[in-house]
Amino acid sequence: MSTHGPIATHRTATGIPTGRLAVWWLLASEIFIFGGLIMCFLLFKFNNAPGFEDASMTSTAAGAFNTFVLLTSSLTIVLAHAASERGDTSASFRYIWFTIGGGLVFMLVKTYEYSTKILLGHTLTDNIFWSFYYTATGLHALHVFGGMVIMAIISFDVRKNYNLQRVELIGIYWHFVDIIWIFLFPILYIANF
Amino acid sequence: MVQQVETISHETEAHGTHHEMSFWEKYILSVDHKIIGLQYLFTGLFMAAIGGYFAYAFRMQLAFPGAEVPLFGYVDPAKFNMLVTNHGTIMIFWVAMPVLIAAFGNWMIPLMIGCDDMVFPRLNRLSYQIFLASALVLILSFFVEGGGFGGAWTSYPPLSAAAEYNLTNWGASLWLLAVALEIVAFLLGGINFITTTMNARAPGMGMMDIPIVIWMIDIAVILFMASVGPLIAGAVMLFFDQRLGTSFFLPSGGGDPLLWEHLFWFFGHPEVYVVLLPTMGIVAEIITVFSRKKLFGYRTILYTAFGTGGLSFIVWAHHQFVAGIDPRMANVFVVTTILISIPIAEMLFSYIATLYGGSIEFTTPMLWALSFLVSFLIGGVTGIYLGASALDVYFHDSYFVIAHFHYTFFPITIIGMFAAMTFWFPKMFGRMMDETLNKIHFWGTFIPFNGLFLPLFLVGMAGQHRRISDFTQYPDLASPDLQGIRIFATVSLLIMLLFQFVFIYNFFNSMFKGKKALMNPWRATTLEWTIPSPPPHGNFAEMPTVYRGPYEYSVPGHDEDYWPQHIPPKSNV
Repeated sequence: MSTHGPIATHRTATGIPTGRLAVWWLLASEIFIFGGLIMCFLLFKFNNAPGFEDASMTSTAAGAFNTFVLLTSSLTIVLAHAASERGDTSASFRYIWFTIGGGLVFMLVKTYEYSTKILLGHTLTDNIFWSFYYTATGLHALHVFGGMVIMAIISFDVRKNYNLQRVELIGIYWHFVDIIWIFLFPILYIANF
Repeated sequence: MVQQVETISHETEAHGTHHEMSFWEKYILSVDHKIIGLQYLFTGLFMAAIGGYFAYAFRMQLAFPGAEVPLFGYVDPAKFNMLVTNHGTIMIFWVAMPVLIAAFGNWMIPLMIGCDDMVFPRLNRLSYQIFLASALVLILSFFVEGGGFGGAWTSYPPLSAAAEYNLTNWGASLWLLAVALEIVAFLLGGINFITTTMNARAPGMGMMDIPIVIWMIDIAVILFMASVGPLIAGAVMLFFDQRLGTSFFLPSGGGDPLLWEHLFWFFGHPEVYVVLLPTMGIVAEIITVFSRKKLFGYRTILYTAFGTGGLSFIVWAHHQFVAGIDPRMANVFVVTTILISIPIAEMLFSYIATLYGGSIEFTTPMLWALSFLVSFLIGGVTGIYLGASALDVYFHDSYFVIAHFHYTFFPITIIGMFAAMTFWFPKMFGRMMDETLNKIHFWGTFIPFNGLFLPLFLVGMAGQHRRISDFTQYPDLASPDLQGIRIFATVSLLIMLLFQFVFIYNFFNSMFKGKKALMNPWRATTLEWTIPSPPPHGNFAEMPTVYRGPYEYSVPGHDEDYWPQHIPPKSNV
């Protein structure tokens, strides 16, 4: 760890590194944002709002494939963390870029899904279901994209053997992005109740 | 190992101070928590001036309907709506939160827990910059075509969701954007506050040695974090309704306007406690110092704060008793709403028990703290009336509600702010404020405050509705008696506003010409009083170690009547 910055940054009265603590608090606040959005979706759904039968039109296969991709990328970021703990920075760098690649595949499939749906006329304003579909998956995709950018920045630091603890921090975040998808996938792609 | 890290970074710090900083580096782009605290304070005070000016304009219209208001002009109904909406929005989001949480949180957290800065100084600066941007966006929204948003600070759809209803196409969206930016600023700042308190405490400072005001700020931040999430989702949805043509909240497209009310008040009610708790903490610090007694029931106060925070998440629908919710659900919320008065009352009793038998000094901060207890009590008691759904059917949206929440928010925001400013002024600026002028300002604010809001309970009970700009058109409400009360309230406001100039003069005059303040002018025990006033960059010349709780006053057997946290026990000397 660097000795840069104020003394406060390097204290750990709780025994938990400050960066990890901050990421957990960030994710805590994110849970309430996505939680609120999913709650709204379910309320509409259980009140039989019109348009929710369109849930059957989302491609379960594409969603399942993306779930697989995202979960695999979570494995590679764990491997990146393990490699950086060992001090094997070049392996860590490689695994981080595998993870970014996973994110990229996820985004490409998402683009394909969006464009086919839009071509069928199911745009953001079509009905409440599609409004939720684009809002929820779009907000999630923004998180995926943000994670990819941060990972790219971190990867070059890692190669210079600098700020290695950040691999773990982005890993925690990436798992969170996964978990959000684990909630979105069933309610938007599978459930048709 | 920690010790080693501290010495190393301390050396770099010492070298850093030789470097001459320009005004821009030192005050605008600073990452020092004290400077950022001042930035929040002055931005908050500037916004308070705008909020006060708006209140002046619409109170003048209510007292003298149709008249040209000096320094404003004629207040037509659209302008009236815009004024009340933005008065509420500004006072909550741009005054109460930045001043009570961000300004004093920034100043006091590192000083009171004994470290040199926040754990993430650059994140702290970013938080302020986003906050400043949010304030600028809000101010910009007053000048766009159609004017500022006028759909109340609660921004209920469908009125807020479609430009053809609210007639403020850009005003409504900029308002929403400003609120969203403000929320982001406070989420970022909040993460910094909690992490700092958890991890950067001085050696020896256990959880139960943290001054109560820091606890309160952190609990407030956690409440904010947990309550605002669904509103962020809601704000995105409302923004899409406004700008992209979705209909999440528009019944015409299958949406549900009531959903917004739930999302808003799920945030809106905990928000009351988000701003209340920091002031409760400020008041606790002040009354212990000026009673020269240990705070009564430190843990009790803490647990009641947790209890209040927890309960605050299940009371929100008491804002919606007449919004068409199921009456059976209303019964549940009546019970939870009345329940929440128990922990708050317990907290107030602890404060009164602290005062009991103390050697009370009536300094200005103490007067503010005591006046807080008295006036917040009125706000709390009238809340019990409104929490009962049967009574609320009559009182809803009347001036009774206005008077009630101003008896909570005015003590929280304005009284809490003055209490904290007069108490910590010597530490912040290294000089004492003029005590006589301070007392003149106190009485000149506190008496007109009651003159302003007590009469509003009466007009509210008479049935005066809060969203009407001109009561002369309603025969039942146009009687000279009621108009007399309205004029009395407005004149009280004018007197109160005039007395603020006494404070402004005193504030700036004392900042430059006041008597030099000693290190510890109030003979207090917490860590911020153990360093020079104002504190140097890096705060502590030698990082302190903590040996005892924060409120050791009049300890039997100790020579002085206060025993600071950092002094080692005698056996160690």
